[in-house]
Amino acid sequence: MEDLIKKRIKQVLKGDQSAFEEIVSLYQNRLYQVCYRMLGNSHEAEDITQEAFIRAYINLHTFDQKRKFSTWLYRIATNLCIDRIRKKKPDAFLDAPVPGTEGLDHYSSIAHDSPLPEEEVERMELQDRVQYEIGRLPDKYRSAIVLRYIEELPLQEISEILELPLGTVKTRIHRGREALRKQMKTL
Amino acid sequence: MKPCPEDIVRYMHDYLDGEITRRDEQILKEHLEKCPECQQHMDGLSRSVAFLKSAAPIEAPEGLASGIMASLPKERQGAGVRRWFGRHPMLAAVAMFVLLAGAALLSNFNTEDQFAVSRQPNLVVEGNKVTVPEGETVKGDLVVKNGELHIEGEVEGNVMVINGSKYMASTAIVTGQVEEINQAFEWLWYKIKAAVKDSISFFEGDGGDGEE
Ligand SMILES: [Zn+2]
Repeated sequence: MEDLIKKRIKQVLKGDQSAFEEIVSLYQNRLYQVCYRMLGNSHEAEDITQEAFIRAYINLHTFDQKRKFSTWLYRIATNLCIDRIRKKKPDAFLDAPVPGTEGLDHYSSIAHDSPLPEEEVERMELQDRVQYEIGRLPDKYRSAIVLRYIEELPLQEISEILELPLGTVKTRIHRGREALRKQMKTL
Repeated sequence: MKPCPEDIVRYMHDYLDGEITRRDEQILKEHLEKCPECQQHMDGLSRSVAFLKSAAPIEAPEGLASGIMASLPKERQGAGVRRWFGRHPMLAAVAMFVLLAGAALLSNFNTEDQFAVSRQPNLVVEGNKVTVPEGETVKGDLVVKNGELHIEGEVEGNVMVINGSKYMASTAIVTGQVEEINQAFEWLWYKIKAAVKDSISFFEGDGGDGEE
């Protein structure tokens, strides 16, 4: 798999744009999923996933081909998500759900800043609830938790993606689990 | 009742990370058996993890990939154009010729019909007659437009006479090439060749990343 990717990367670097399509189709679900779990909004997730791939394409010559491509790609995407979360923070409350996108989006776009009434939380479907609880996690823990439990990546790889020491990643995951435990006492 | 071991919560997390030592695991297990509070804590953490793992996989929306492909910047740094020019220098020259043979260069040629000469010391200029005197050396390329050039001495460089005439004495020495251009199209062609030569060296100098 990594060999195939490296072959495609070389083709793209030689100017064959179409070789990038295979890279996109191999990673789009994983990248979109991370963005969706981080941002909790399908429109933003789509936006950021697209942006991440475009940046990867433009900066492909800076990718060190001795390293794992997915780590590099995840890094671009998580950085973009973190930026986006920071930027929208002050008016997160005003971030009204887009018409026609019900369910998940609704819960998560109002997520962390305004906890829902307990009865409403209890009536949620499991999948809505998962997204709601992830969205309530503090940003710092959320990225580590998403990479660990949604993407199921090893701690070492998460440390490379987030460019944080392994110890810091562990601490964030520990705290994320503790935060979740407290959030879920009602479950 | 004995107090809980100091690091018991850390052991729980180490256990969940799959990075607990056998000794710590032993301590954790023994303690959980007799401490309902820690048991509850551990259960809460395990449930949180199970809950996260119950998240359904999410797929990218239909059309995301094609949307991405469509919004990529057009071929990298003109790689396509560079590749094409690199492979077909003469075709490129002809294409440029056709493209430019219209007004631009021709009118340029016509407006340049007054006498002109490159400025170098040792040149003698009388009216539109330019002389390189015997025994003198002119350094650098010598260009005369719409004039008469007499070379009796030495030119260390190329000589070009555009729309003019040239007379070389037996004593004349030119170290470079001598070129005479007397027609608009020749002039045009000369300019194009120069341009193509420039662009090809640019393409070649730009590294082989335009090649297959
Ligand atoms: Zn205890």
